[in-house]
Amino acid sequence: MTIQTHADETNGTPEVLTTADGKPLKTSIARALRREKMRALLLIAPLLLFVIITFVAPIVDMLFRSVENQIVSTTLPRTVVELDSWDGTTGEAPGENVFNALHFDMTVAVERKNHTQLGTRLNYEESGISSMFRRTGRRVDDFGEIYADQFIDLNSAWEAPATWVSLMASPDWIAEQAAWVADRDAARANGTAFEQPEPAFAIREGVAEALPRTADIYQAFAEFIQTEDQDSPTEEEPWNAVYTGLHDDLLANPNAASAFSGETATLLSQAANAVSGFEKISLREAFIDADEDWGNPYYWGVIQTFSPSYTSGYFLAAADAELTPQGIQMKPEDEQIYLYLFWRTLLLSVTITFSCLLLGYPIAFLLAALPARSANLLMILVLLPFWTSLLVRTSAWKVLLQQQGVINDFLVWTGLVSDAGRLVMINNQTGTIIAMTHILLPFMILPLYSVMKTISPSYVRAAKSLGATDWTAFWRVYFPQTVPGIGAGAILVFILAIGYYITPELVGGTDGIFISNRIAYHISTSLNWGLAAALGVILLLAVMLLFYVYDKIVGIDNVKLG
Amino acid sequence: MTETKGAAVRYENVQKSYDGETLVVKNLNLDIPPGEFLTMLGPSGSGKTTCLMMLAGFEPATHGEIFLNDRPINNVQPHKRGIGMVFQNYALFPHMSVAENLAFPLQVRGMGKAEQEQKVKRALEMVELGHFGSRRPAQLSGGQQQRVAVARALVFDPELVLMDEPLGALDKQLREQMQYEIKHIHDNIGVSIVYVTHDQTEALTMSDRVAVFNDGVIQQLSRPDVLYENPQNSFVAQFIGENNKLSGTVEAVEGETCTVRLDDGTMLKADAVNIDGVGSRTTISLRPERVEFDTHETMDNLVSGQIEEMIYLGDHIRVRMNVAGNNEFVVKVRNRGEKRDLKTGQTVEIGWAAGDCKALDAVA
Repeated sequence: MTIQTHADETNGTPEVLTTADGKPLKTSIARALRREKMRALLLIAPLLLFVIITFVAPIVDMLFRSVENQIVSTTLPRTVVELDSWDGTTGEAPGENVFNALHFDMTVAVERKNHTQLGTRLNYEESGISSMFRRTGRRVDDFGEIYADQFIDLNSAWEAPATWVSLMASPDWIAEQAAWVADRDAARANGTAFEQPEPAFAIREGVAEALPRTADIYQAFAEFIQTEDQDSPTEEEPWNAVYTGLHDDLLANPNAASAFSGETATLLSQAANAVSGFEKISLREAFIDADEDWGNPYYWGVIQTFSPSYTSGYFLAAADAELTPQGIQMKPEDEQIYLYLFWRTLLLSVTITFSCLLLGYPIAFLLAALPARSANLLMILVLLPFWTSLLVRTSAWKVLLQQQGVINDFLVWTGLVSDAGRLVMINNQTGTIIAMTHILLPFMILPLYSVMKTISPSYVRAAKSLGATDWTAFWRVYFPQTVPGIGAGAILVFILAIGYYITPELVGGTDGIFISNRIAYHISTSLNWGLAAALGVILLLAVMLLFYVYDKIVGIDNVKLG
Repeated sequence: MTETKGAAVRYENVQKSYDGETLVVKNLNLDIPPGEFLTMLGPSGSGKTTCLMMLAGFEPATHGEIFLNDRPINNVQPHKRGIGMVFQNYALFPHMSVAENLAFPLQVRGMGKAEQEQKVKRALEMVELGHFGSRRPAQLSGGQQQRVAVARALVFDPELVLMDEPLGALDKQLREQMQYEIKHIHDNIGVSIVYVTHDQTEALTMSDRVAVFNDGVIQQLSRPDVLYENPQNSFVAQFIGENNKLSGTVEAVEGETCTVRLDDGTMLKADAVNIDGVGSRTTISLRPERVEFDTHETMDNLVSGQIEEMIYLGDHIRVRMNVAGNNEFVVKVRNRGEKRDLKTGQTVEIGWAAGDCKALDAVA
């Protein structure tokens, strides 16, 4: 390929280098490189996909839980809407409308058995809410029974599922459903398999306007019967809440029957005339009767605060703060734990990093200075811990450090400590520092060694020949050249330490544990995954911030791993 | 050379062994007067670098004593010897600027800031790098780094500077240029310099005296011209410059000269330099440029040989011949522009003076 230079001399624009066929040189280069890039991408594609699917995606999903809070709005959709207009500062529990909505929401949630999950979620914010939901869940179906009974007493047709279907379902659905039943029966008669599901329930046109609450709850009922119970609304008596809805609708709109015709219209107008005479029940009182906390505006405040789909609640909790109806506040002094834990994790990690540096530097120096044969032997000794199980090493420290352990026995035997004064070296911070320094030491030694190996001995010799003492030669000439290795080792050890879990768990006791142990607790024991995710996000951000600061100070380009 | 302010060095019966089994340096005795430029020349493994390291203090002598200005220094720490040193790969501290590198020996000596700056400036000017003080060594070319290394070894005014193959990493042209520069610096400031190299051209160009090392022993210690003209043994003759070897037996010794019968029967007269007497085996060493094609009857040695190969090299023509059974016999003919009627395959007569060939010890 020849290169020609086209200089546009008439108007003095800069020269554009082109290839022989007149294309700009840069375009040609980019095209030539693209193929290489594609090939490179192809080579890493399997690993990249594997990492994305098994590592990045789950982590992102997990971290997302730290702000996710859809459980309130999906479990109590009607209540959340009604609660929006409630003013928590009045000191009054919400009005009847909210309880009406809550009645429907709870009925559906109880049928779906997810009201306890919501209770658990809200219990993170305010303990006691869990039991409110559980206790109320057992009784909520009874709340509407009084209306069901009265409707059925009025006309036993209200008991029949068919009555409800003819009232609520669209004629098209009724026809489709009938055809489906025919097909199914025919198949059964032939003995052939019939897998087709029942057509999805469709509401009759105009019902939502005439009987809005009934339509709402009956639709929820039909959907639940079809999807969860694998049954048909044509065969199931509606929930008591449906009767409650009908009662409320007919009370509000006595002319509702005009939207219907025929038998259903008659039935409905009969009911409309009777409802005013029905025995009434206050759902608000029914709820408060089930659990008096429903009358406490404070709990309603918590529900209102956490009704949005996304919340900062977990993050606030992770920072020992809480989102109260009055705004963000720090938790009381005696309930604060996470800030202190973060601080301790940071402090212990720094201590461990320094211990590793202090112990590892001379070893790495020796490794680099020794002749190859001895260095190899020493290197095997350094690597030996890598080849033994982490648990075995940590357990070994338990044996050594405990009060009746090897070290204490020896100290007592030599008389350095009295039998009563045995040292407490495990199940506290000392234990964590000792065990983790030992476990992370190779991560400090290896980068140090690889950097030191490349430092020619002639530098120190030169320094000495120029008049420097051994110490000056080391400190002014050798040490500065090992700084990249120190940087690499320190950052490696620190990042490993700050997220360490198993060793602090085993030897840390209560005051030697790390934030990661708390995260593990929330993941596996308290099941508060949102808080665990928030703690994880904070930890990740802290590490990234430190990494950034480190890059600014030391420069990540200076870090050599080999 | 200006007034002498160099140090005197003396090795006395110095031996060195690393493994306790073989001696790397065998009983070295060497006297270096003040201000001398002495080169230790030899193939790798000959013990020259070990001698230098013992002088610098980085290797202890197994036996014997080294004196610096008549003071024994075996037990003196390297940093107290006050010896400047230039290393093979310069060993410029990569994390310091050029000026900081130069100031380092002054700082560790506790010199004042102003004096430091002045000395650094002077040293940089000496090596013509006046404006490079703030650069990092990695930003300099190989030649520039080399100069900084020399400047650093000199900046604290040592009486003795050691150089361990300092030009080894440079390309040929730069190497030659640096040879002259180092030589001039030596002439100007008069320090003693002990220089180690395996490059004989370098040794001949720069040195006052050259010590040729082989097998842990100094084979010959002489001025460069003596080394070339009067090698004391076959190793030196072979190692320094180009050389023709002819082996034979001593027939007779007449004072300073001797008669040698070559293995094919040819009789030659040669300077008797290093022979065991009549009947002993010997190797005759003859420089290629001393052989003449324009022979005449009065020449001491006249032999005939067949031309095997001719190579045109500009200033001279290199003629490879078969002489007395040795087909590696090389003759260099100066290119004077005259037409010479030499052809490959031709048998011609060549001759040289007895004083131009030396009868040396036999090579196995």
